[in-house]
Amino acid sequence: MMKDKKQNENSGKILSWIDARFPYSETMREHITEYYASKNFNIWYVFGVLAMVVLVIQLLTGIFLTMNYKPSSAEAFSSVEYIMRDVEWGWLIRYMHSTGASFFFVVVYLHMFRAMLYGSYKKPRELIWIIGMLIFIVLMAEAFAGYLLPWGQMSYWGAQVIISIFGAIPFVGEALVEIIRGDYSISDITLNRFFALHVIALPLALIALIFVHIVALHEVGSNNPDGIEIKDHKNEDGIPVDGVAFHPYHTSKDLVAIIAFLMIFSVVVFFAPDMGGYFLEYANFEKANPSATPEHIAPVWYFTPYYAILRAVPDKLGGAIAMGLSVLLPLFLPWLDRSKVKSIRYRGWIYKTSLSLFVISFISLGVLGVLPADGIYVSMARFFGILYFAFFLLMPYYSAIDKTKPVPSRVT
Amino acid sequence: MSEKIDKNKRHFLGAATAATGIVGFGFAAVPFLSSLKPSARARALGAPVEVPLSSLEPGEMIRVVWRGKLVYVLRRTNEMLSRLAGLTDLLRDPDSLEPDIQPEFAINEHRSLNPEYLVVEGACTHLGCAPLPQFEVTPSDDWFGGFFCPCHGSKFDLSGRVYKGVPAPTNLKVPPYSFTQSDVITIGINPSEV
Repeated sequence: MMKDKKQNENSGKILSWIDARFPYSETMREHITEYYASKNFNIWYVFGVLAMVVLVIQLLTGIFLTMNYKPSSAEAFSSVEYIMRDVEWGWLIRYMHSTGASFFFVVVYLHMFRAMLYGSYKKPRELIWIIGMLIFIVLMAEAFAGYLLPWGQMSYWGAQVIISIFGAIPFVGEALVEIIRGDYSISDITLNRFFALHVIALPLALIALIFVHIVALHEVGSNNPDGIEIKDHKNEDGIPVDGVAFHPYHTSKDLVAIIAFLMIFSVVVFFAPDMGGYFLEYANFEKANPSATPEHIAPVWYFTPYYAILRAVPDKLGGAIAMGLSVLLPLFLPWLDRSKVKSIRYRGWIYKTSLSLFVISFISLGVLGVLPADGIYVSMARFFGILYFAFFLLMPYYSAIDKTKPVPSRVT
Repeated sequence: MSEKIDKNKRHFLGAATAATGIVGFGFAAVPFLSSLKPSARARALGAPVEVPLSSLEPGEMIRVVWRGKLVYVLRRTNEMLSRLAGLTDLLRDPDSLEPDIQPEFAINEHRSLNPEYLVVEGACTHLGCAPLPQFEVTPSDDWFGGFFCPCHGSKFDLSGRVYKGVPAPTNLKVPPYSFTQSDVITIGINPSEV
């Protein structure tokens, strides 16, 4: 007993020593134990934390892969084979990293869709959404740079196609492409600089943006499935009556989600790391050959909706612009959406129909982006591409005229 | 000494400091941005390449690499050359008027120095895939053979001229080259530089 008490006193002393020099207890209170989020969160609210879990997986496995990977055109492909065959447990670390890349996009797409369902991008959370979109764009760049590193056929020709898109920019395009590649073609030099971007520059940008994303979130507070501001109803202590503390309440719910996620993740890593050619494309098991284009070039699944839009336009510059817009348009959602309510629960049939059509067109474009670009597929990509753009561009009209239901003042 | 704060002076000094900082930052950025351009080694590896033509049969095509880029050298038969005329309506730029796609000497129907030999870069002008040679085809109303890009379906004729209605915006690029001997071409230098 006496010993325990003494220990407590000691730890109290250490804590106050730290707190006098660094806002440890204050930060913990503000962001963990006394950060209040709505008590009616549902399953859509776990994908933010899952994205953090995948980030940690990618950073850790990435560091260990870097210890054995060689970023040169002569050695890259064989160093990946070396990791797979000769490094103890190297296959597991690499499969975790390659599967993690796909799962990053799975959870991020679901996380973004949650925001669209419940209007989480609407005032006062516009900046959280914009920072989130920047994270998404950096993540795309990170994934693209990483895909060149194994130096397989699809690495090489995928990079060739995507870098060429910049060549469509009038006047400066060709010079820009040369600066991106650092050579007259994709070469050892390109591989080396993509490695630098993939392991240093882009991860740093990603971590900085995620930090700012969470700071902004904690400033305004989390949204909820009802789209109600819980801060409007506080008790005498100034605590939102519909809120519960992030820790231990939301953390214990998140822990269940993390365990379920890791179970699914492990099944893929151990039993289907290539996912039938969708997570790891078979053409990439062959070393890069600059003089033979594979019969069919398709990017990894998470880029295919945008790739389908690129191919649907029969003009180089037009296709590049359409693809760029399809990535950037969601940035403007906070101002395109003129509805008085946030959550889909209180919106009318027009928005519900539009959102459903958007989901159908996004998934269809994703499927079409994998298929060859001929005949009926091109026409279908044009049709769904128009639907995709219409969702955003017509939103100021249909969201304003859509009949909304009365929003309750407290969460349901 | 006056007690009054001269706000104008303070503002001027603040702006001057910021401007100096920005200029300094601009100069400091030059080495970093320049380091992204092709290095001396990359430029040296981009030296001209000699291609002997003596072993090339009529109708045969070889692939050579210049500056890491694929270059097709095709020895056209008279029959192939005869197919070039009459395609004008199907092509986007039949007279090679688009600038910077070919050297001066290739602004003609056969897009080459010597009509018999076609030298073009094997990179589709859409997104850089290598077009496949499809010289012998059953002639149809809209396809008389040439180069077909498997990635996004662009079509080029036997002079590398782009068809209408395909994603590639321009004809295949013609690199600078010249005949340095009667049966040797050197890719990378123009005839005027020989």
